[in-house]
Amino acid sequence: MGRDGKKGIGGMADPRRYGIERVAYWLMRLSGLGLLAYFVAHIYETSNILRGRVGWDEILQMTQTIEGHIILALVIGMCVFHTVNGIRVMLGHGGVWVGRPARPDYPYNPASQNYRHKIGIYSAIILAAVAMMYGLAVLFGE
Amino acid sequence: MAMAQEEISAHISPARTILLRISRYNPEHDGASTFAEFTVPYEKWTTVLDAILEVKKHLDHSVAVRYSCRQATCGSCGMMINGRPRLACFTKISELDSETITVEPMNNFPVIRDLAVKFDRLFDAHRSIKPYLVREDSETDTGKEFLQSPGEVEQYIQFANCIKCGLCNAACPTMATDSTFVGPQALAQAYRYVADSRDKGKDSRLRVIDDSHGIWRCHFAGSCSQVCPKGVDPAMGIQLLRGYMLGFR
Amino acid sequence: MRESTIMKIHYGTAIAAVALVAVHVLIRVTHGFAESLEYESVIANYRYVPYAIMLELILVLLSVHGFNGLRVILLELRQGRLYEKSVSYGCMAAMIGLIAYGSRTIIVTNMGLV
Repeated sequence: MGRDGKKGIGGMADPRRYGIERVAYWLMRLSGLGLLAYFVAHIYETSNILRGRVGWDEILQMTQTIEGHIILALVIGMCVFHTVNGIRVMLGHGGVWVGRPARPDYPYNPASQNYRHKIGIYSAIILAAVAMMYGLAVLFGE
Repeated sequence: MAMAQEEISAHISPARTILLRISRYNPEHDGASTFAEFTVPYEKWTTVLDAILEVKKHLDHSVAVRYSCRQATCGSCGMMINGRPRLACFTKISELDSETITVEPMNNFPVIRDLAVKFDRLFDAHRSIKPYLVREDSETDTGKEFLQSPGEVEQYIQFANCIKCGLCNAACPTMATDSTFVGPQALAQAYRYVADSRDKGKDSRLRVIDDSHGIWRCHFAGSCSQVCPKGVDPAMGIQLLRGYMLGFR
Repeated sequence: MRESTIMKIHYGTAIAAVALVAVHVLIRVTHGFAESLEYESVIANYRYVPYAIMLELILVLLSVHGFNGLRVILLELRQGRLYEKSVSYGCMAAMIGLIAYGSRTIIVTNMGLV
């Protein structure tokens, strides 16, 4: 912690005391960064087509490994989570499903942290897991 | 009389004790914070603030803590209690369900000493969003009250409950790294005035928050709403305000 | 550019990219994953103009969305005038560079110069 009291990356990512919404927040960041890294790598990978059949087959051989397939399955999972959770977040940002202002009553359960958004987060996680399994089945099933 | 005496003693349980760990830090001469430990007796109704004041009264008067009303109205005694931002006067030891209570200064605020933190940034951000009605005329000029329907009041009254305790800013993940972010407290107050039918200052207020460290740096993690002791739900206000800026509302 | 405009672009590129990437992935899966990656099949994809246009659109949409996302994360990590300008221009340069690099692959292959 610095003199300004900021908790830094540890404080930003801390998922322990703020529920599933905070977990979704940092999963969204991690999956975004992972997808960007994959996207850059994918653009490089596909550029090997310019080297003709030999170049293409070479790069394909490098990626068609067990590690390559596991990475691709992770990318599928990240992509599905980022998409589904991204749609939820965008709806939230538009003020959709965040509740309506009302006089608060004790114990002050926040209307914005409602079951719709929780279902959205859990759906994103479950769909990502299912897509990863499907991806693994396709990749290793050949 | 003897009967009444008996009844009272039956309701008072023998005092239990907890270990209270208080963060000690003076930025003027300490390199890092340390924890001072105290064993403090408590009852079912003892609050964390009561326990800290017990320490100040009997064990170590030098502990620095800010407090005033003791009834969750002034917003002075915000601190991290067992890792979560809470008001010390609004948190009973018995509800924490722990033998050890650790109290630290609020995250994302510079420490003055021990548990007391500086509020300059929060108040500056609050001031920047113009937390007052902006319009050319006034009730005194016109001699007429600006009337509102109950429905119009409902649009913002929840957000007017803010006591500026700073717990939302302490919980916010963006505030943990971004020292120029406006913060959930000020953004929720921006919505409070934008939603007020008497206000005419939307444009100037939205200009302040439509910045690279403004409303768009909120990612709807919702931690601010989870810790608010007054039910303000800043996350809702921020999303409604952003929905308005995006043209959805 | 105002931050609200940038974020509207961020949301817009996300929605459009989801639709186009879904088509891209579906084509891979429905043609048999391994077969669709064979040299002739990939060349045929690139030479089919509508598909090449779709790839170009995906390239632009994801580059804009991805590098703006990176800019947002980096702006939140540290602050300072010089740092923030470097991040903004750096992300913009990386985005343009990636679009140029990817477009070269699409255009050269589409024109049959491979």
